[in-house]
Amino acid sequence: MTDTAFADSATTEPRGSARPAYRVTGLRVLRSEWGKFWSLRSSWITLGVALLLVVAIGAIASATYSPDAVASNGPPGPGSNSGSDAVGLALLGSMFAQLAIGVLGVLVSAGEYSTGMIRSTLAAVPRRLPVLWSKSAVFGAISVPLATAGALAAFLLGSLGLRGEKIALSLGDDGVLRALVGAGLYLGLVGVAGVALGVLLRSSAGAIAVLVGVLLIVPGLTGLLPDSWSDAVSPYLPSNAGQAVMSLHQSAHQLGPWAGLAVFAGWVALALAGAAYRLVRSDA
Amino acid sequence: MIDVHELTKRYGDKTAVDRLSFTVQPGQVTGFLGPNGAGKSTTMRMIIGLDAPTSGTVTVGGRRYAEHAAPLQEIGTLLEARSVHPGRTAFAHLMALARTHGIPRSRVDEVIELAGLGSVAHKRAGAFSLGMGQRLGIAAALLGDPEIVMLDEPVNGLDPEGVLWVRQLLSGLAAEGRTVMLSSHLMSETALIADHLVIIGRGRLLANTTVDAFIENAGGRGVKVATAEGERLRLLLSGPDVTITSTTAEELVVSGLDSRQIGAIAVEHGVPLYELTPQTVSLEEAFMELTSDAVEYHSAPADTARRRAA
Repeated sequence: MTDTAFADSATTEPRGSARPAYRVTGLRVLRSEWGKFWSLRSSWITLGVALLLVVAIGAIASATYSPDAVASNGPPGPGSNSGSDAVGLALLGSMFAQLAIGVLGVLVSAGEYSTGMIRSTLAAVPRRLPVLWSKSAVFGAISVPLATAGALAAFLLGSLGLRGEKIALSLGDDGVLRALVGAGLYLGLVGVAGVALGVLLRSSAGAIAVLVGVLLIVPGLTGLLPDSWSDAVSPYLPSNAGQAVMSLHQSAHQLGPWAGLAVFAGWVALALAGAAYRLVRSDA
Repeated sequence: MIDVHELTKRYGDKTAVDRLSFTVQPGQVTGFLGPNGAGKSTTMRMIIGLDAPTSGTVTVGGRRYAEHAAPLQEIGTLLEARSVHPGRTAFAHLMALARTHGIPRSRVDEVIELAGLGSVAHKRAGAFSLGMGQRLGIAAALLGDPEIVMLDEPVNGLDPEGVLWVRQLLSGLAAEGRTVMLSSHLMSETALIADHLVIIGRGRLLANTTVDAFIENAGGRGVKVATAEGERLRLLLSGPDVTITSTTAEELVVSGLDSRQIGAIAVEHGVPLYELTPQTVSLEEAFMELTSDAVEYHSAPADTARRRAA
């Protein structure tokens, strides 16, 4: 027993019998989190809902598009010009899907705190940080391809609805593929932000409230600021920055597509850093 | 071995654990006792690093818990509070923990069988009864085939069969040379399983002693004998390891001999007995007396002297 403590665990053979040399590794934690994600029914349901929102709303918006209606009453969305082109219509659903994916991200992490599962998790991985990286990586790796596929499907279905319209585009047109893949990246990052907020706040309700507030409410609040301030601040707000990559054409008050995505990734990294700090520093 | 040294945990101005020191030795079952709120769970959480101590140290097998390459192989823990996602099946829960260590699926199946969860392994844990939840927690604790098993209130919610199962499991583990520590707020129950006792109250160590010594202190394992020839019997029974006290001329309380021996001696010498009763010591009362007045017993010699011996 005492020998065990000081010998390398890989070579330890207590009680004379050969013991398997178990060891916690980053890859194993990743595998564990992957299994955890898929073993919950809520993951399947919420992912399904997100995918449905992306595809169905995008397809319906395109199918019901009429050039006269848009001019005066454009639907809200990324930037100020969504809804006026085929990509904006196809990605209309991602505005709603970001909520589903963000909430699922929160459930992946804060759900462990509300159920007590976190105690089992941290007992198995007492160094803690690998859990945060793995949860983020797993959820990002699942949601980015899924959301990208959803965006592509929405666009392709939408193209059927827009056939013959002036705004119709094809995948090969300038910026179309970038916007669709960008939507997948944006949604994946929203999911990772949800994971980070869940670990940071340890409460599903709190994290969801903050996520919704930051993504949907804060951009609207900039209207209260003087115009010059608002114009300076607004492009850098998380959702405004992140959604730049999804719009076909950037307005004057929007960052460039990749610059915007990078700014949004910076916000997510900030949330992750806060989550890492809290995870390591406070009692579980 | 678990080595707790001057462990202290404060929440604001409330001290949950106060300069607590003790060791848990391999090869025996150590009962960790204290009334509710004494700091047992907090101490156990600090042992596996879920809570950070305000001061003091705790090592498991010579190292801090987080420094082990395979912590689940070092110490398996059942915490008092539920630590399972209710939406996951028992199997998926254990698999998730196993994957972090590279523990094979066959070991997961093994602990499921061991814990008697075979029929419900693919049911969601949220539907489990308290007893099944405890079994799942114990299965998780045994997953890494650990050197040390630490269980917080393991028999809580178990039916009599389950209680017996836990008792046999724990003595079996101790017999294999493993370190077993279990907490409880019930003295009588713990005395049946444990060899050694660590008793705390208000976060402080009250006693660190063997079960036998505790019972001895609590009034011993005497036998009450009633006879008309009290004086004569007293002479017949006396010996080097025997102590005899009497409250009346006809009643003796004998310790050092069991009722069988006393009866045989009495028959041999033709002393008629009209009562021969092994004294049942109320462990629970002795325990409550010890813990109800934490301050008075705080500096009892049991504190330091017996810790060295252990």
